Amino acid sequence: MSAPHSVRHHSRAAAPFWLPLALLGLACAPPAWSDGGSPSGPALRSITDNSLRLPTLRQIARVITLSDYNTRVVIIGVSLLGATSGMIGSFLLLRKRALIGDALSHATLPGIGLAFLVATALGGSGKSLPLLLLGGTVTGVLGVVTILAIVHLTRVKEDAALGIVLSVFFAAGVSILGVIQNLSSGHAAGLSSFIYGKTASMMFSDALLIAVAAGLVALTCVLLLKEFTLLCFDTSFAAAQGWPVVALDMVLMATIVIVTVIGLQAVGLILMVALLVIPAAAARFWTHHLPSMLLAAAGIGAVSGCAGAAVSALTPRMPAGAIIVIVAGLFFTASMLFGPAGGMMARWSAHRRLSRRVGRQHLLRAFFELAEPHHAAAPRAIALEALLAVRSWSAGELRRLIRRAARDGVVQPAATRDAWLLTPEGAAAAWRVTRNHRLWELYLITHADVAPSHVDRDADAVEHVLDPAMIAELEALLARDAPLLVQPPSPHGLSPAPAAHGAA
Amino acid sequence: MIPDHPPAPPDFAAAAAPPPRAPLMPAQRGGAPLAALSAAATGDEHPASAPLSIHDMTVAYHRKPVLWDIDYDAPAEKLIGIVGPNGAGKSTLLKAVLNLVPKASGRVTIFGQPFARQRRRVGYVPQRESVDWNFPVSVFDVVLMGRYGRVGWCRPVSRSHRAVALDALQRVGLTDLRNRQISQLSGGQQQRVFLARALAQDASVYLMDEPFASVDAATEKAIVAVLHELRARGRTVLVVHHDLQTVPEYFDHVLLLNTRVVASGPTRDVFTIENLRRTYGGRLTLLEEAAHAMARGAQAR
Repeated sequence: MSAPHSVRHHSRAAAPFWLPLALLGLACAPPAWSDGGSPSGPALRSITDNSLRLPTLRQIARVITLSDYNTRVVIIGVSLLGATSGMIGSFLLLRKRALIGDALSHATLPGIGLAFLVATALGGSGKSLPLLLLGGTVTGVLGVVTILAIVHLTRVKEDAALGIVLSVFFAAGVSILGVIQNLSSGHAAGLSSFIYGKTASMMFSDALLIAVAAGLVALTCVLLLKEFTLLCFDTSFAAAQGWPVVALDMVLMATIVIVTVIGLQAVGLILMVALLVIPAAAARFWTHHLPSMLLAAAGIGAVSGCAGAAVSALTPRMPAGAIIVIVAGLFFTASMLFGPAGGMMARWSAHRRLSRRVGRQHLLRAFFELAEPHHAAAPRAIALEALLAVRSWSAGELRRLIRRAARDGVVQPAATRDAWLLTPEGAAAAWRVTRNHRLWELYLITHADVAPSHVDRDADAVEHVLDPAMIAELEALLARDAPLLVQPPSPHGLSPAPAAHGAA
Repeated sequence: MIPDHPPAPPDFAAAAAPPPRAPLMPAQRGGAPLAALSAAATGDEHPASAPLSIHDMTVAYHRKPVLWDIDYDAPAEKLIGIVGPNGAGKSTLLKAVLNLVPKASGRVTIFGQPFARQRRRVGYVPQRESVDWNFPVSVFDVVLMGRYGRVGWCRPVSRSHRAVALDALQRVGLTDLRNRQISQLSGGQQQRVFLARALAQDASVYLMDEPFASVDAATEKAIVAVLHELRARGRTVLVVHHDLQTVPEYFDHVLLLNTRVVASGPTRDVFTIENLRRTYGGRLTLLEEAAHAMARGAQAR
């Protein structure tokens, strides 16, 4: 892995588009935790010096402001690569082909080696990047085609086919690299950088290539958004409508191939699949809207790439590809935990909200039913022990429920100790809750043939999720059989309802 | 209910006329004994105006025939139930008609023309399990997909297409849920979304794969209403159906299928114990069910 400053300087002609990305750099650079360190840079260190030098503030500032030309090229290039692969990776993920990307990138290695061999045999330098990438593309595509052929022509399933092709092609590539090393020592030194990536040595022409590919992919995604969406969601419906699904699949895979091959140099073929899959998977936790998911995945990919390049520029021994993937992994973890669209916290809090609502409805109904036999006109104080007796809740649980209900203003402490009474608002809610419960009970008895002895528990499970439309339906249904039920159900001589009892 | 619905294609009126029964094609199909079975019900000729004609179609997976020499003409403006045991090839029949699985032989015509030229006139409701309902699209997005075939390459969906999709949503009673993500729907609601998508296709012939499979009562009612509405508008609907009890209630015609066509025709003539026994083999419990179904069906008339 070569340090950024060891790279040759190139023409300063271009890169006027770095300004917006400077903000990205600001967002993702690591904090300044140290002011020490040698200003002369890490290259002068002894080879036996294993200590990890923390970057100086000045170094950090230079990276953040993208003032160093090489850093600028690398950060912009890798950010664009992250954005591009995040966007197209979303479709790969939705098409459930994530592992195909992995097989594809591994299968590029023999092609790179063969291209080098062919070029040197023909008298060239063997280091021409377009040629190497072309070779990689050819065997990469060949690998994917082999997988598809195995799946379609034999009984071997896709996961096994993937494993076979991925490892065999990669092994072939490693062997070819070994052969090259034996044939011409020294010339082939750069080839192994395709395996782990060599972000820091990215040149302007590489960044330009990435920028062109990014533009191409973004354009494809915009133009074929509708077609790709349909393809990924329901292939057979697309085919029935007459869309050429095979051709569409080819276009999608071709885009993946382009992004993968372009990204080989930066992150390496082992980690390339991470850049395709992780931003997309993370983005899925933030939105249910596909175009938003594409943008979020692009953003996460860009920030990961930027952060990885920045960290690697500051700590020369850190391989950028690995840092990029780790940052993306952190994004994924955070998204999985805190993402509003199916993240774990969102699910957990929804569950907690429901159980709190159920708890409160139980409490309200208990208040209502305890007061019911007394025909009390005014809200009646209920002792804690009485409440404890009607349901199987512990004293602590009950106190917690009451405390929460008091905070929400539906119960208030009564004059006597350890007794509570409903506020007017609480009384209305209690009446409603009880009524829903009884409507559902009656429905179960009269329409669903549930034995009356079982009905309470079954009603319990459902009444808390009844929405106004369902309640209206229940009312209509039961009104036919027992017209009185539209008014308060009063099997035990129910007191008239409080005034404010509109629909739930 | 839907005043702005586009009218049926102009040539549809011709198709709706009673099909000429004159033998347009001489009966000379190699004298296959299997074909003779279906010949009793469908006649040997194919009327050119039939909404859907299947000509001698055979489909095989790995050399094992799934459908054998299917020869069938769907009558116009009818609700047709496709009935048969598991593995009889019901879904495969629809997929083969739609060119989703390769045919070993045979061809399909829609109103007398090859299917490939008439795709827009065929609507499709796949099985609900065939897609991933966690996909990041809304209910309305899915229904809009029914219009994609008419929107064309690389173009955004125009307002008039959106209006058609909204109308389709309203017909299945899901207008209120149009912005929901599809994973938040119940199974029955998902089925109605698929139905709405097919309605948005505004086709003349509909192929539906088990739309009644494990749906709630409200959805079942909604689907039946939509089927009746489609028939009233002159559409022909073929429905793969698994519940024998409801066959006489829902369908005018039936196609009894078990690898080959066992019988087809008006429900009251064809949906008999005799034919069901031939379709299902010796499965007694099913036959009993069928007997009940027959009794109920007779009462209903």
